[in-house]
Amino acid sequence: MFKIVSAERIAPKEYDLWVEAPMIASRARPGQFVVLRANERGERVPLTIADFDEGRGAIRIIFQAVGKTTAMMASLKTGDSILDISGPLGSPSEIENFGTVMMVGGGVGIAALYPIIRGLKRAGNKVVTILGGRTSELVIMKEECAAFSDELIVTTDDGSEGMKGLVTDAMKMVAGREEPIARCWAIGPSIMMKFCALAAGELGLPIWVSMNPIMVDGTGMCGCCRLNVDGHIKFGCVDGPEFDGHKVDWDDFMNRMRQYKEEEKISMDRYAAEAGDLSWL
Amino acid sequence: MAVSKAKTPISEQDPGERVKNFKEVCLGYTLEEGMAEAARCLQCKDAPCVAGCPVAIDIPGFVLAIKNGDMKKSVQVLAQYTNLPAVCGRVCPQETQCEGVCRLGRAKGFEPVAIGKLERLAADWNYSQPDTLVCDVPDEKIGRVAVVGAGPASLTVSGDLVKMGYEVTMYEALHAPGGVLMYGIPEFRLPKSIVGREIEAITCLGVKFEANVVVGRTITMQEIGERFDACFIGVGAGAPHFQGIPGTTLNGVYSASEYLTRINLMHGYEFPEYDTPAKKSKKVVVIGGGNVAMDAARSAKRLGAESVTIVYRRSLEELPARIEEYHHAVEEGIEFRWLSNPTRYKDDGTGKLGGVDCVRMELGEPDASGRRRPAPVEGSEFFVEADTAIEAIGQGANRVLLSTYPELKLNKWGYIDADPKTGATSVPGVFAGGDIVTGAATVILAMGAGKDAARAIDEYVRSRK
Repeated sequence: MFKIVSAERIAPKEYDLWVEAPMIASRARPGQFVVLRANERGERVPLTIADFDEGRGAIRIIFQAVGKTTAMMASLKTGDSILDISGPLGSPSEIENFGTVMMVGGGVGIAALYPIIRGLKRAGNKVVTILGGRTSELVIMKEECAAFSDELIVTTDDGSEGMKGLVTDAMKMVAGREEPIARCWAIGPSIMMKFCALAAGELGLPIWVSMNPIMVDGTGMCGCCRLNVDGHIKFGCVDGPEFDGHKVDWDDFMNRMRQYKEEEKISMDRYAAEAGDLSWL
Repeated sequence: MAVSKAKTPISEQDPGERVKNFKEVCLGYTLEEGMAEAARCLQCKDAPCVAGCPVAIDIPGFVLAIKNGDMKKSVQVLAQYTNLPAVCGRVCPQETQCEGVCRLGRAKGFEPVAIGKLERLAADWNYSQPDTLVCDVPDEKIGRVAVVGAGPASLTVSGDLVKMGYEVTMYEALHAPGGVLMYGIPEFRLPKSIVGREIEAITCLGVKFEANVVVGRTITMQEIGERFDACFIGVGAGAPHFQGIPGTTLNGVYSASEYLTRINLMHGYEFPEYDTPAKKSKKVVVIGGGNVAMDAARSAKRLGAESVTIVYRRSLEELPARIEEYHHAVEEGIEFRWLSNPTRYKDDGTGKLGGVDCVRMELGEPDASGRRRPAPVEGSEFFVEADTAIEAIGQGANRVLLSTYPELKLNKWGYIDADPKTGATSVPGVFAGGDIVTGAATVILAMGAGKDAARAIDEYVRSRK
């Protein structure tokens, strides 16, 4: 059992948990994830480690309530527990001093991006961070990312904060400056990462993306998380989660993400019938 | 009384009924049937069956006890040799081991003694008693041993070492112990409640079980080296092979590992009561000819598939699956396309599998494994309509632990290079056994490796005290 030490709603449908997991906290590195199972009948869900604190023996997970498991997890309070958490899984991000790096985040992908931003800043990089969302309140962790960024640019579709437009618009603006960008990272919804990779391609920039495929074990045993990278089958859980964004077959990946849509709806409808009003999410 | 030529018949669920549920196919002997079957044993002094058993169980001993109606005694005899009798009685390939060399079975027109079915009878009897037999464990401890993985090899090492007087900690990456017994072998062949009871019998001897620990990630082998006197690695093979044909990432294409893990470990057949879905398919193609292929095909049928076809590149004669599993599959309406191989998965136009292009094969000269090598027949392409395809073509070595432990010498197949008699590896104090040494094999061979390693670990730890 993994005890929740704090639980907070940080945006509509987005939740922030710190969970006691000393062994994972002492080993976790930026870019890694955990697989958790909320309860005895639960599914195994991969979630990025948004932060880790070895001193407190806790890890932080930030998730969006999109299906049954995450909706149910959104109702968890401080003192509640998660039955199983295994990790840290996946290969850590490559952190070194590259020069100037462009870090692009969207949705709960910002949570996955944050420890990488911090690691790269500490490694001596100049960090330019671009965080985007539909509207201001959906752009999470702005202060935390700003603390480890030399520059923070916020973009919103509706212009409610920062630049009106998409993260790719900001990418083009930053890349248009004199200062060369050594590397980019983009983490967010698949469609955002796809267009960030295309933009980086146009700008001639290398880009890393963090893939979040459906998984079962998360340790390379089942192959559920496989994706096409440069024409080869790769496992998201052990070969990734980070891949060269230019080499990912995005349409193939997004198709795989739709694999259990019908079943996800059945689960969610059943949960909604049981849990009652979910408008608070 | 004359010995009957045939084995005492055993009741099974009717095929028409059992394809609609995941309950166990074989219903087991009653005590009376078991005693009758045990009476067929010739009680050979030189007992070829014992030599045929990878863990050398005193088979005439436990069978004689059953014949005499002394079930407690038969359980005690078994407990000296195996920690998993209810499992082995169900999934061991007895036809190539104990029963394959049974002297009665060698006589013309006679079937061997149903040793496996008698073993499960004794084990099941034990678990049906209010006071399950528990072994004594020495109070004084000799040393501390870490066991990585919780499948058949690891459970055997753990059980044996704890009985010898070791403190044993078993680390498992998944949320439940049992390894392939839990995620791989289906409920209808090996009920999980039975696996659970056998594991409980081991953990209640004092083996400490830690779930959700991925050795190499959550803790390192270096940390294990500092905290324990010795370590056993029994993590299984655990990395599915894909043929790599076009369309492998289409929705509806699975590895058998994923398909079976969803159903078995995650209870996908009980979706939506359990959260993990297993797709209800209409037309299923399973690729491969081993027990795993049979398990996947029979599971698909139970999930309601209208047709399930096993595509195997060799013929029935070369089929690696147990003959009993093949017969069960046939009874349940599984179809077989012999000498056939898939070449491409076809999109139905929506990103889902629509069917499988296949080609006929012919057998040429024997290859390194001694089996005749199949080769495609030109111009023999054919198409099988399918919304689900499951590849059960074997596994390779999982690299999660191995990649973080370069000190450990591997063999040319990427498995751990370990002494076949002791499990000793290139690192002193680190032993290994089961599929991570041999490549995918059987439960009982993994258990045999576990028994040998337990003895070798005991010798190693004592030699250093």
